[in-house]
Parts: sequence; C-alpha cells; structure tokens
Amino acid sequence: MKSRHKKLALIGGALAIIGIIAALVLNALNSNIALYITPTDVAAGKAPKDKLFRIGGLVKEGSISRQADGVTISFAITDTEKEIPVHYKGILPDLFKEGKGAVAQGKLNGEGTFMATEVLAKHDENYMPPEAAKAVDDAQARAAGKHVSPSSSGDKPKASY
Amino acid sequence: MKDRFNLYRFASPATFYPLAGTLIPWFVALSVVFGLAGLWLGMLVAPTDFQQGEGYRIIFIHVPASWMSMFIYLIMAGWAAIGLAFNTRLSGMMAQALAPTGALMAFLSLWTGALWGKPMWGAWWVWDARLTSELILLFLYIGYMALTAAIDDAKRADKAGGLLLLVGVVNIPIIYFSVKWWNTLHQGSSVNLTKSSMAETMLWGMLLMAMCFWMYSIAIALMRVRTIMLERERHTDWVKAELLGKAGEGK
Repeated sequence: MKSRHKKLALIGGALAIIGIIAALVLNALNSNIALYITPTDVAAGKAPKDKLFRIGGLVKEGSISRQADGVTISFAITDTEKEIPVHYKGILPDLFKEGKGAVAQGKLNGEGTFMATEVLAKHDENYMPPEAAKAVDDAQARAAGKHVSPSSSGDKPKASY
Repeated sequence: MKDRFNLYRFASPATFYPLAGTLIPWFVALSVVFGLAGLWLGMLVAPTDFQQGEGYRIIFIHVPASWMSMFIYLIMAGWAAIGLAFNTRLSGMMAQALAPTGALMAFLSLWTGALWGKPMWGAWWVWDARLTSELILLFLYIGYMALTAAIDDAKRADKAGGLLLLVGVVNIPIIYFSVKWWNTLHQGSSVNLTKSSMAETMLWGMLLMAMCFWMYSIAIALMRVRTIMLERERHTDWVKAELLGKAGEGK
C-alpha cells in the first residue's frame, strides 16, 4: 500500500470514528437538544418540575378564548392525542392560529395548566398561493366527505396579510 | 503518454492561475444573469404565500445562503482530505480561498433567518438544533480562518486547518437533518432531490437564486485563490514572469 493511500485510509477511519462518537453523544443528549416536549410527553411525566420548559403542538381548534383586556389568552396545545390548557399574557406572533403549530415556554401550575411566559408560532414547510391552499383544503374536505361551506373554506386565504 | 487532455495539469498553480483568470468573468456574468432572473421571478412573479404573505420572500436569499454555507464547507473538507493525503499544493490554497465566502454565507443564513424569525415565529433567535448547529458552522469557518492565519508556515497552516475542517464536517449532516431528528421551531425542508412543497414559480425563483450564489461563490473563490497563489509562490519563476508580463502590458 502506498503511503498516500494509507493516509487516505487513516483519514477515512478517523472520520468514521468521529462520526460514531458524534452519533453517540447526540443520542445521549437527545432529550436536551429537543426544543420542546409534546403534551403526550407531559402526560407521561417527562416534564421537569419547577423549571421552565417548552411544550409544542397544534393550537386546538376552537380552544382560543381572549379576556377583556385583549392581551390575556387561554388556549389548548394538542398533539391530537393529549392536550394541555395554556394561559398566556402578552403579544402573540401573527401566525399564531387555531389548527396551526405553536411552541410555548413556561411552567405547569398545580391544576395542570401551563402558565406560558412566551408563545412562538411554528409554521410548516409549505409555500403556495392562497388559491392553491384553498384548493388543497377543499379537496381534503371533499375526501373527508364533509360539505364545504363558503365561509369555512374562505378561512385560509384570509390568513395571509 | 498520448497528448490527451490531462486534468492533473491544472493541479499546478502555474497553469491554474491563468485558467482561473479566464474563467472569472464568465462566472461573474452567469451570477449576474441568474441573480437578475431569480430576483425577478422571486420578487415580482412568484405569488404571495397563503400563510406568510409577502414576508416569505426572504426565502430567496435565506435558503440559497444556507445551502451554500453547508456545501462550501463540504468542498473545503474535501480539499483538506486531498491535501492531507496527497500533499498537493493547490488544495490548501483552495480551502483558504473558500473560507471567507463560506463564513459570509453562514452569516447571511443566520442574519436573514433572524429577520424572518421575528415576524413569523415571534423570536429573533431560539436555541433549537437547526439554528444552533448553523451557528457552530459559522464558528468553524471563523476558527479555520483564525487558525490558518495564526500559523506562519503555509504548509503547517494547511495541515492544522485541514484537521479542523475534517473534524468539523460531522456538523454538516447534523445541520441538514436536525429538523428531522429533533423537535425544532424551524420547519422541515421544503425541497429535496425528490420532492418540493413549494409552488412552482417560488421553487424556480429559489433555484435560480441558488445558481446565482453558486456562480458568485466560484468567481470570488477563484479571485481569492489567485491572490493566495501569487503570495505563496512569490519566489517562483512563474510568478515573476506573470508580474513582469503585467508590468510590461501596462507600459
């Protein structure tokens, strides 16, 4: 074996070892790298006690209720299996909407309500014009065998600003 | 040997220098053409997004810059491997010439990402896996440049820098797959080799901008590598001839 090929093999071997080490470290740190946990994780008792943490999921349809002061809001975050009621006072991002993703930071209080100090919106990776979004919605609604009323199908285009 | 075209000829700085000089104007021109086409398609033709409105248009800078920041690092690591294994002169110069552009792309990616994150997510920055690993990439670029600049002997600088590049390459798959492996605020990828979840004009605008960034990066790296060549090979005959030739033209 020529020395340069030996060197190349050495470099390859070293890279493989670094890769394996990185994979093991990342695997061990898995729970710390995740930005948020899901309501199912909370139900399974994975939420830290008396420490700030983040929960993430979808804002449950029909769960948003605003109080008279205009900045206090309560809603539920769901991963479609479990859900957690969230209480928050502050400014919400524009993309915060029912049925859309959100990540909230805060603590659980005694009654199991998540007292959030920060709420962020998580959007998906789809980019399309409003008309296309409406067409997708309508098609999905038809596939689900539901009647599409003009008011409900008009929801998505209005979401753009 | 027959007189067939020999690519290895260009591994020598003396032959690569004039070749790079001929290629630069072409890459600059291509970059301008792709950039104008991409901006036209992205800013004027592509439709408004259904959930992010006009704000999504920062994607036409953000995604090409992020792609470039990862890809340039891979190329540099490739040059580092070749340099360490085969002791080629050109590979270290190539890696050094690419580093500032890679750092610029990583910075652009983080900066445009922050500008995009505030209105859409509600935060300039979160310590999620995608953002953090991209920040580490920027630090790797800066670290590489600082390390190679701190060592006077060019050969030793290339070796030390090359080792750093090779160790850091493990970060690239982490950046790319972070949104798949962990819960992140950053959304998943919209485009990969087999699928796209973007409207067609949006996708084309983004791909054209990516081509623009490619051509720009190649042009600027070639310019930089020519300077590095002159500096490192200043005692050789070809550099003297080159500089004397230039001086002669000027008269």
